[in-house]
Amino acid sequence: MSQQSPNVSGPKDNSVILDIRGMRVAVRTDAGDGPVLVDDVSLQLRRGEVIGLIGESGAGKSTIGLASMGYTRRDCYIVGGNIVFGDTDIRAISLDERRELRGPKIAYIAQSAAASFNPAHTLMDQVCEASVRHGVLSRAEARAEAISLFKQLDLPSPETIGSRYPHQVSGGQLQRVMAAMAMVAKPDILIFDEPTTALDVTTQVECLAAFRKLIRGHGTAALYITHDLAVVAQIADRIMVLRRGKMVEFGDSRQILQQPKEEYTRRLVTERVAGHNFVDVNVADQAPILAIDHVSANYPGKPKVIDDVSLEVRKGDTVAVVGESGSGKSTLARVVTGLLPRIAGDVRFNGASLPARLKDRTKDQLRRVQMIYQMPDVALNPQHTLLETIGRPVAFYFNRSREEVRARAAELLRQMDLPESFITRKTSELSGGQKQRVSIARALAAEPDLIICDEVTSALDQLVGEEILRLLKKLQEDLGVAYLFITHDLGTVKRIANKVAVMLKGKVVAGGDTATVFAPPYHPYTELLLSSVPEMRPDWLDEVLAARATGAATTSALLRAP
Amino acid sequence: MLNLVLQRLGLGVLTLFAASILIFIGTEILPGDLASAILQNSATPESLAKLRLDLGLDRPAILRFFDWLFGVLHGDFGHSLANGRDVLTEIAPRFANTMFLAAYAAIVAVPLAIGLGLLAAIRQGGVFDRLVNVFTLMTISVPEYFLAYLLIKYVAVDLGWFPSLANVTPETSFIDRLYYAFLPMVTLVLVIVAHMMRMTRASVLSVMASPYIEMAILKGLRKSRIVVRHALPNALAPIISVVALNLAYLIVGVVIVETVFVYPGLGQLMVDEVSKHDVPVVQACGLIFAATFILLNMTADILAILSNPRLRQPR
Repeated sequence: MSQQSPNVSGPKDNSVILDIRGMRVAVRTDAGDGPVLVDDVSLQLRRGEVIGLIGESGAGKSTIGLASMGYTRRDCYIVGGNIVFGDTDIRAISLDERRELRGPKIAYIAQSAAASFNPAHTLMDQVCEASVRHGVLSRAEARAEAISLFKQLDLPSPETIGSRYPHQVSGGQLQRVMAAMAMVAKPDILIFDEPTTALDVTTQVECLAAFRKLIRGHGTAALYITHDLAVVAQIADRIMVLRRGKMVEFGDSRQILQQPKEEYTRRLVTERVAGHNFVDVNVADQAPILAIDHVSANYPGKPKVIDDVSLEVRKGDTVAVVGESGSGKSTLARVVTGLLPRIAGDVRFNGASLPARLKDRTKDQLRRVQMIYQMPDVALNPQHTLLETIGRPVAFYFNRSREEVRARAAELLRQMDLPESFITRKTSELSGGQKQRVSIARALAAEPDLIICDEVTSALDQLVGEEILRLLKKLQEDLGVAYLFITHDLGTVKRIANKVAVMLKGKVVAGGDTATVFAPPYHPYTELLLSSVPEMRPDWLDEVLAARATGAATTSALLRAP
Repeated sequence: MLNLVLQRLGLGVLTLFAASILIFIGTEILPGDLASAILQNSATPESLAKLRLDLGLDRPAILRFFDWLFGVLHGDFGHSLANGRDVLTEIAPRFANTMFLAAYAAIVAVPLAIGLGLLAAIRQGGVFDRLVNVFTLMTISVPEYFLAYLLIKYVAVDLGWFPSLANVTPETSFIDRLYYAFLPMVTLVLVIVAHMMRMTRASVLSVMASPYIEMAILKGLRKSRIVVRHALPNALAPIISVVALNLAYLIVGVVIVETVFVYPGLGQLMVDEVSKHDVPVVQACGLIFAATFILLNMTADILAILSNPRLRQPR
């Protein structure tokens, strides 16, 4: 990224476009002052420069991005510091003057394009809206500019895609349309707020490449907000590491990645690099617990979502099912649990065929398969205490007395490394990681043979997710429970699973021991997935793009294949 | 999407059929005897028995129901027992009056309610928002006959601006009708505006928490444009159904207002005929009310389907 470095650019392009000094953002409600979200953060963004803001949730990175536009979310206020755009102090001007900056001068690209586009209007209407409303371009000029940007962003049928509605376009395409929407008015600064986090790895590569091409081509300055160091490494000149609203470290991208000065940065870097040792568990002499035998399933009136899938889980196994969204991996979990009846094949549990429908299964069959979900916030009843949440399966499956239920719940909490005193708390009072521990405790309370983990770490922060994986591993060693681990994250697979099944369009395209599947010779789709996981080298994206240009497999080619 | 619309239409017809059964049962179990109601004091046991036979009251209810339904489907609602006139000609002018009053109130109330709701949403938490909320809460809490008498006392009697009786005749000109029916219209508007306005405000504000609204703010759009163009289209479904519910109320719920203002509408007619035990007229009124209600709700559902681009524009 040296050609983008401010040192090389001409002096005219070198001027500071955004100067933030001592920014403080805090929550203020009628009830009084709340926590400080951003505490004394300073940065100078030069024209054409990209600064990456990185940190876990609660680090304040999105708040900084929004505050740079003079905007704060509900009950949040900029309480200190200066935010100077060009020579305008954003804090000193009126709301209407701030409004004039948003869109034509500083534009925003949000995490979830699916949620950030208005479902009621066509894409073109929304893409052109800001520049037309601010009087920067006429409707016709904005249209022409949008189509040109659609082309630059490699969107399919750039001339007509604008007449579609948001729900008619895929997630990766929508994310690129949003980048076009931000660029139409030719702003001086783009704020990227986790723009690829919601995407599949293979789509992420395409979007990252498109974003970088756009920023470089137009010489636009950008703040790039993400929790993924490897992603930001591909696009940023400098990286600021944030934690709990405070700056931890700020430096050149290579320095942050290769010689981090601070302990916290080092942990983030090593966590991301670690985990390349494959799990080695020998379960060959164990009897299979779960045998999925040529199973197919569909939703009523729709084509098959999973097609002739076979899979085996033995005692002590961790079998990962990986694939991109729409590959059918979560549907497989629904079929095993009986939430979605299979239409062909057989699912055997401890040698006996499981009824296809949930309601036909016995209480004991239900007990033996438990599930942990992606979003603990949604999977736990916020009004229930931990005792109710964890005690319920104990009472339901084992018919214990109140004292016994309480003792068992306390024991489970200890196993989860949660203090026993939490037992009277409501689940809503816990943090994300603690909630996920409660979900695990609830699953274990049934003393199951198999736990299906559906993306259990993807809603959590990197380091918290890592702790959950370690906990699951420890529980497996102690209790011998088997996991069917559904995930899109290949790093997680390598760290936890001894076996893996790679799914593409409802079929298992590669399967077996993780060490074998993830080593050459690869199935082409496995190779595509592996090569799409960003690596902690600034040159990684260039190398991948170069390799793909020379004819290696691309998702679209693979997805088109019968 | 066409399927959804057809499904809704089919459901509407089915509901109407169910309503016709209920109406028939309702008139069947009305207290008192039809024949003695007609003959009143001149009734002798012989004349009563003869009349019952003439009216077909000796036949099973189920047969009479299908006779009635068959007639209705052919546009024959039977004859009034009170004066022997065709029910349809008896009802038609009354129905026209009710429709006139309802349309009058709707044309004022719906734009007013949605406009006030949107303004309140734009000025959320401001003085205007609070004033409108308090005022509409008041009108919603006061019974409509009380509102009607207040209007008669102050506007009609004290100020003398509008007549207190809305006794229109077929000869009354259109302009005069607007004038005579003004106070009943205002009463109805006051009653229904609050509900629609509050739903518009609440529905728009709930959409205002969506990420695409934040996106619109970050595009630097004006608050009024954000509310009208970005929030309103996505808040339409609940607004449409509340508007439909209130329009239906305008037609079927005006009995009290018609009575207070002595306005010759359908509601007043129905009340009169129930006391006279004039079953065919009551049945026809009931059926018209039911059909109006079902038709309006069906239209609302279909509009709600049409307002959703996911259903309008398949993938």
